Amino acid sequence: MEAYKRVALARKKTRPTGQDFIDNLFTDFIELHGDRCFGDDPAMITGLGMLMDMPVTVIAQERGKTTKSRVKRNFGSSHPEGYRKALRQMKLAEKFNRPIVCLIDTSGAFCGIGAEERGQGHAIANNLMEMMGLKVPILSIVIGEGGSGGALALGVADEVWMLENAIYSVISPEGCASILWKDASKTKEAANCLKLTAQNLLELQVVDKIISENHRDFKNVYRELKIGLYKCFQKNQALDHQQLTEYRYQRFRKYGAIETITE
Amino acid sequence: MLNKGLFKKPKNELEAQHRIKRKTDPAIPSELCRSCPSCKQLSFTSDLENNFHVCPKCGHHFRINARQRLNMIIDQDTFVEQYHELSSTNRLEFPGYDEKLAQATLFSHENEGVIIGTGKIGSHKVALFVMEATFMMGSMGQVVGEKITLIFEYALKHRLPMIGYTVSGGARMQEGMLALMQMAKTSGAVKRHSDAGLLYLTVLTDPTTGGVTASFAMEGDIILAEPEALIAFAGPRVIEQTIRQRLPKGFQRAEFLLEKGFVDAIVPRSIQKETVKRLLTLHGIPKGGDQNGSI
Repeated sequence: MEAYKRVALARKKTRPTGQDFIDNLFTDFIELHGDRCFGDDPAMITGLGMLMDMPVTVIAQERGKTTKSRVKRNFGSSHPEGYRKALRQMKLAEKFNRPIVCLIDTSGAFCGIGAEERGQGHAIANNLMEMMGLKVPILSIVIGEGGSGGALALGVADEVWMLENAIYSVISPEGCASILWKDASKTKEAANCLKLTAQNLLELQVVDKIISENHRDFKNVYRELKIGLYKCFQKNQALDHQQLTEYRYQRFRKYGAIETITE
Repeated sequence: MLNKGLFKKPKNELEAQHRIKRKTDPAIPSELCRSCPSCKQLSFTSDLENNFHVCPKCGHHFRINARQRLNMIIDQDTFVEQYHELSSTNRLEFPGYDEKLAQATLFSHENEGVIIGTGKIGSHKVALFVMEATFMMGSMGQVVGEKITLIFEYALKHRLPMIGYTVSGGARMQEGMLALMQMAKTSGAVKRHSDAGLLYLTVLTDPTTGGVTASFAMEGDIILAEPEALIAFAGPRVIEQTIRQRLPKGFQRAEFLLEKGFVDAIVPRSIQKETVKRLLTLHGIPKGGDQNGSI
C-alpha cells in the first residue's frame, strides 16, 4: 500500500483513540491528573489499570472523537505539562515497581506561545533522559500517528510496537514537502521518502513488532496487544534493573552506530 | 554613474539581478568589511576578529563556525579531534540528499555537522562537542548523533566533564526516523554521563532549535546561552503559521528563556572562556596532564 494511504488511515477520524485502547486493554482504570507544576493537559491521559492480573501505569495521548472533545484535547497535541504529567506517573511507576504502557497518537508536540514559554524542548528532553534510566519495564505502542519529538517523548521503551496502519515520522509529510520542495502538492512523495510506515520501520529496526489490524477489526488487535503486553512485561520483570536499563540503552544505541555508518 | 538608468526598466533578468546586487552590497570588498545585521553599521573584519566576532557598536554576536569557536574556548594547541573522518551516507535513498551532502562538505570544509574531541580550558581537561552551522544548518543525522554519543561515552570512560556548543535546525529529515532516534540515543549517553556524577555544561548559540533543543541541548547540568540567540523547540515561523498570530518581540531569544527560567546565564563571547573556566574550577575539575591534552 502506498505510504500516503497509511497516513490517511492513521489520521482517520473513526480510528480508535487512546481512550478506546485504555477501555479495551485494562480493567479498573483510574485516571490521575496533573503535572504538579502548572496544570493538567487533556491531550495526555495518565492513570493506573489492571492488565489481566498485573497492575500497570498507563500513559496515552488522546486526540478526542467529537469536534467538542477534539478541541478540549487540543487534537492530541500536548503542551509541556502533558509530558511532565507523563513523567510524574512514570516516576511513580518506578517507585511502586509497576510496568509502564505508553500509547502514542499525536501529530506532534504543540507549537504555540504557551508551549514555548513553559519549555516544550526541555520537557521532551527531560522525558527522553529519564525514561532511559527507569528501572521498570516500559513498552510503547504507536496506535495512530507518531509525530516526531512529541511522540518520541513517550517512545523510549524496552520495545516499541506499531499498529499495521500507524505511522511514525521525523516530520509530517506536509511539513517535509513544504520545507524541502516548497511545494505542498508533493506530500505523497514526501510520505514515501520518509519511510514512515510500520513495514518500513520494522525493516529499519525502529520498531520491534507490527500488530496486524485485520481489516480494522480492533477486537483482535486488543486481544493480541493484551496477551503480548502481558508476556513482554513478565519477561522483562524477571530482569534486574541494570540489565533492563542496559538493554534499553543498547536498543537505541544501535541507530547509526559507528559500525553501521562506516560499512 | 550610480544613478544612471535607475528608473529604466531592466531589459533582462541578468541586468535586473545586477542592479539588485549593486543596491545591497556597498562597493567594499566583503573580506575587508562586514555590516552588522542588527545595527547595520559597517565594521572592519579585522576589528571583528579581535572582538570575538561581536559587533563593537551594538554587541551583536555574528554567527561563527565551529573551528573559530574552538580557537576561542580551548587553550592553544591542546585540542585533539576525534572521528573527524566520519561522514554520512544516504541510507534511505532520499532524493537530493547526496547532492546536499556534497554541497555541505564543500561549503563548510567539514565532513559533518559536529566536531568532537578533547582539550584544555584554562588547563582543565575537558571533552567537548561543537556543532557546525554551515553543514546543513547543524541538523542532526546519524553521524552527528553518533559522534555526540561517542564523545559522551569517551568522557564517561575517562571521567571528564563535557562541554557542548549547540547550533542546529533540528533532526535531519532526509534520514527519517533514524535521525529522530538520535535524540533518544544522545539522551541516553547524557544520562549515563550524568549518573556517574560528571559535569555537563551546554552553551546554546544562535540558532538552537527542534530535536536538538528537545534532547541534549536542554539536558545540561548548567545551560549557558549567547546573547540574543534563538532557542526554540518549534521555530518562530512554524508557530506563526500554526497560531496565525504575530509573535512578540524578543520571543524565544536567550533573554526570554532566562526570564522564563530555562537557561542559567547569558554569557557574551568576551567572557565565555573565563566563565566556563570558573565553573570548571567550582566543580573541582582537576588541572594538568601533559602538554598536548591527551589523557
